[in-house]
Amino acid sequence: MTIALVSLLLTIAALWAMARLSRSDTRTARLATPAIFGLLLIWLWQAAVMGFHIPRILLPAPTEVVSALFSHTAMLRRDFVQTFVRSVIPGYVIGCGFGFLAALAIDRSAFLKRGLLPLGGLISAMPIVGVAPIAVMWFGFGWQSKAAVVVAMTIFPMLVNTTAGLAESGALERDLMTSYAAGYWLTLLKLRLPAALPHIFTALKLNSTLALIGAVVAEFFGSPVFGMGFRISTAAASLNLDVVWATITIAALTGSLSFALLALAERAVTFWHPSFRNPS
Amino acid sequence: MTREQSGLRRAVDTAFPVFVVAVAAVVLWYAISAIIGTALLPRPDQVAATLGTSVFGWPVTSPRNLLYHAGVTAEAALVGLAFAIVLGVAIAVGIVHFRVLDRSLMPWVIASQTIPILAIAPMVVVVLGNLGLSGLPPKAAISGYLAFFPIVVGMVTGLRAPDSIQFDLMRTYSASGQQVFAKLRLPASVAFLFPALRVSVALSVMGAIVAELPTGAQAGLGARLLAGSYYGQTLMIWATLVMAALLSASLLGVTALAEAGLRAWRGGRL
Repeated sequence: MTIALVSLLLTIAALWAMARLSRSDTRTARLATPAIFGLLLIWLWQAAVMGFHIPRILLPAPTEVVSALFSHTAMLRRDFVQTFVRSVIPGYVIGCGFGFLAALAIDRSAFLKRGLLPLGGLISAMPIVGVAPIAVMWFGFGWQSKAAVVVAMTIFPMLVNTTAGLAESGALERDLMTSYAAGYWLTLLKLRLPAALPHIFTALKLNSTLALIGAVVAEFFGSPVFGMGFRISTAAASLNLDVVWATITIAALTGSLSFALLALAERAVTFWHPSFRNPS
Repeated sequence: MTREQSGLRRAVDTAFPVFVVAVAAVVLWYAISAIIGTALLPRPDQVAATLGTSVFGWPVTSPRNLLYHAGVTAEAALVGLAFAIVLGVAIAVGIVHFRVLDRSLMPWVIASQTIPILAIAPMVVVVLGNLGLSGLPPKAAISGYLAFFPIVVGMVTGLRAPDSIQFDLMRTYSASGQQVFAKLRLPASVAFLFPALRVSVALSVMGAIVAELPTGAQAGLGARLLAGSYYGQTLMIWATLVMAALLSASLLGVTALAEAGLRAWRGGRL
């Protein structure tokens, strides 16, 4: 009863605060509004679990998730290292790097560009995670098969976006480079790659999410007895939902932090782009 | 040269390079499977033959027919997609019209795209299973959840796409909020809805396939992939993969047709 009353009051207070904050345009207000919303949701989640006595096998309370985070630290760290450090990062680097180099190679031939781009776009729209069982068959249960799936998932978005980016620089600017007697490589380095950077970062950000999905899903098809995908599927099957939610929390934090790091890097490298130059 | 001829010419110009690259990819596939052996990588004709016998050798209702499994997966993906469109458009309309929703909800919608949402698939399946919901609902829920975010983001961008002078013009007509929405915002958003829809269609198929993995489902392309993986049947995995690609491509084709139809109806532009 008290929980319901407190929740109701908190909800009203939070709605009032958000309505007030959304009228002002300061940086604090812009950050505080979603933060209040998130905290309210977490409180309502906690209150609902306690108030309605929702069984733990359906939905553990946020406090139980946090305590699972602390009581299983060693196991969760091992899962994180296996999935993120060993599978995602190598796969991401290889996939993005290879996609980038392939785009540079294709860019030299208009014919290849016209032939590969529609196919690349189509393949990007395919459920590529499906190659996971094949990767497990080829490369075994270890991190290598997961990295291979990540490579397969990241390569085409990178290829398509880099190729689009390389076409970004205008004819006038290229003429200018020609008038400076700049060759292919110099033009590439000084003009076309910087102009392509916004597209490349789009692919890098998209791929950071795809890479995590690929590695986690590939672990559903077979893995050693650790790893985030393995943990989620086995803990869910044995109804340890607090461990599942703890792993999902780590996955969500990893995904958001990777994305945020890439966004910061993008801002630092493409400070000249209109989307960042505009102060408003 | 007449216009039809130049149109044909353009079509050949775009299709020919794609055709050549596709043929090159098939040749490369043959070469690789010849080098590493057909046990690891079956030849394209073996995959096509497996797919052919599966599709034409059995009635569509038989679990041995891959079309049956594609149908099961497509059902989940389409139900999920329908929910995603209804909910996504509704929330986008709310975000555009209420500043509080824009400030509080929109950052979470954007942040949630950076999260590997598919990771929650096994949990959703287990939890909904405990509630007595198995089969279609958990799969549709997962694929709908995945497909939901691109639609919200696309529709919010689209509903805000009109210029401020266009809004000013509506004001000089003393148009009500509903009229601005129906005559300006909604028509403008269609051009942003379709790119979002293409992403969502691809995601919903992927979501439906992955959702079939942890259920121990008997039917569906994901269940087929898992069975092939357990029993080491490489050919079945490849045939299922090709079927998944065909399913994705045909749903994308339907989306493109709808887009072209709408474009024609609206006089050649979106």
